[in-house]
Amino acid sequence: MTTSALVDRAAVEVSGVSKHFRLRHTHSLKEAVVWTVQGRARTDDFTALHPLDLTIEPGETLALLGRNGSGKSTLLKLLAGVMAPDSGQVRVRGRVAGLLEVGAGFHPDLTGRENVFLNAAILGLSREQVQERFDGIVAFADIGRFLDTQVRFYSSGMFLRLAFAVAVHTEPDVFLVDEILAVGDEAFRAKCLDRIERLAHEGRTLVVVSHDLPLVERLCSRGVLLDQGRLVADGPVRLAVERLRAAG
Amino acid sequence: MSTSAGVPDAVQPDLGQPDLGQPDLGQPDTGAPFVVQGRGGGLREVARRRFLLSLLVRKELRVRYRASVLGLGWSYVKPAVQFGVYFIGLGMVLRQNAIGDYAVYLFGGLVVMTTFGEALGNATRSVVANADLVRKIYLPRELFPVSSLAVAGVHLAPQLLVLVVGAVVAGWTPDPVGVVALLAGLGLTGILALGLGLLLGAANVLFRDVENVVDLVLVVLVWTSPVLYPWQRVADLLGADSWWFRLYQSNPLTVAVELVHRGTWAQASPGNALAMPPGLGGRCAVAFLVALSTVVVGQWVFGRLSGRFAQEL
Ligand SMILES: Nc1ncnc2c1ncn2[C@@H]1O[C@H](COP(=O)(O)OP(=O)(O)OP(=O)(O)O)[C@@H](O)[C@H]1O
Ligand SMILES: [Mg+2]
Repeated sequence: MTTSALVDRAAVEVSGVSKHFRLRHTHSLKEAVVWTVQGRARTDDFTALHPLDLTIEPGETLALLGRNGSGKSTLLKLLAGVMAPDSGQVRVRGRVAGLLEVGAGFHPDLTGRENVFLNAAILGLSREQVQERFDGIVAFADIGRFLDTQVRFYSSGMFLRLAFAVAVHTEPDVFLVDEILAVGDEAFRAKCLDRIERLAHEGRTLVVVSHDLPLVERLCSRGVLLDQGRLVADGPVRLAVERLRAAG
Repeated sequence: MSTSAGVPDAVQPDLGQPDLGQPDLGQPDTGAPFVVQGRGGGLREVARRRFLLSLLVRKELRVRYRASVLGLGWSYVKPAVQFGVYFIGLGMVLRQNAIGDYAVYLFGGLVVMTTFGEALGNATRSVVANADLVRKIYLPRELFPVSSLAVAGVHLAPQLLVLVVGAVVAGWTPDPVGVVALLAGLGLTGILALGLGLLLGAANVLFRDVENVVDLVLVVLVWTSPVLYPWQRVADLLGADSWWFRLYQSNPLTVAVELVHRGTWAQASPGNALAMPPGLGGRCAVAFLVALSTVVVGQWVFGRLSGRFAQEL
């Protein structure tokens, strides 16, 4: 996969990581008792990711590809630490920023301004750092006077603008993006892609999940293909994309 | 609502170029240590991230008092009304006169109970209530119960003010032992609420029944400590040497209430100190040990379960 000489400086190392979901049918004690008495299985086991190894070098731009439900978002959540794996471990070097979903880490009742602070603090910035970067974030997001409006009144694109602006301004060493650029307008998308490319040029590590294959081919150099929770291809992005297309 | 103001400005001609107005991003940190993901640092990490904690507390207060004119003023009104109801009901309608300075006695106990109830009730709900954050982004999950505790602390301030002023009016000249006892009582309440809050907050993610059970238990708790009545009543009822009475007295909340009584009420009138239960110092030490072990257990359980929060919510 990668030369072992580089492994000790890797940005991300996934070793033997698997993830099961227990599909629980019961969410109250009463249900649990009733189902047990009736002899029905209270849980269903589902393997979203089979044991998987993956090493990502600093500055690598990696695309996670696969069909719906193949486990891409699950893997990204494990990389971000949102969920813990059932076996193995994920190790990451440096600051991780993830845009896993539009509006992640935003509270609907707070204004855009307050959310910038909250979100940046969640991503690990100190008060001084947020204050210092605040103008840059606002300029990048460019949502004008909506900054002091509660974000519950934002359009999904405006959400994305603010979230993306905060995330790139935290200077992440590892940047995880899941399928979110889809809601941005053309102009903002171009601006984001530009920024992402710049991050990559600075030697930051990038992991992108997207079904937009041309975009992925433009942004990433390496492609990893997942199929039903198994890693089935890992190599130049062009080959992974071709393989995905061939599989239909 | 007009959207014409800010948004279309995004269509700028200079999109192809890097934004020169931005502060330059520093170089990536390849010397940083390898960190295992999904394994939080527990309460220690919370202590490191006080800025985030302060924002979460502010968020909590903002959400709680959204679109409310009185805002934080409600935290003065609610305990005052509760106090009034008990005071009129028990003091005047039922005419209890076993306790001198009944208002101070009652309010001291209620401060402990309302603070504990609020902290524990909200900590139990905290993880579920913040499901949006938990599911989508990583932050130390212990922050949620801890911020519930901090919010309860914010609400404690006005009650404490009323209590101290009331005690001074009733005749208390603040004495060093009393002040220490008062702070110890409140500290004990907080530690206990934190430990149980961690434990039950995690359990509530798996079974939402927990929050209802907690609400129920909180109603009962006012009666299992000497808040509304003097402790001698229970001693008479159970027998001062019985195991049941010992159990009653070793309840950490009972100890917290008695510590607050020792702090304020005991010195308010000459006779009060004699009515304090014996052996408070020793039970206080035990209660702190119990409370601290609930924190250890709570943190352990919370840490074990927190890796599953995101998928269960
Ligand atoms: N919290 C959860 N509980 C139970 N099952 C889950 C949970 N999260 C994901 N899954 C299941 O795991 C599988 C993989 O999901 P995942 O979101 O990783 O897919 P994906 O590759 O991102 O798909 P898509 O392209 O549609 O976004 C799916 O079958 C999904 O139903
Ligand atoms: Mg997905």
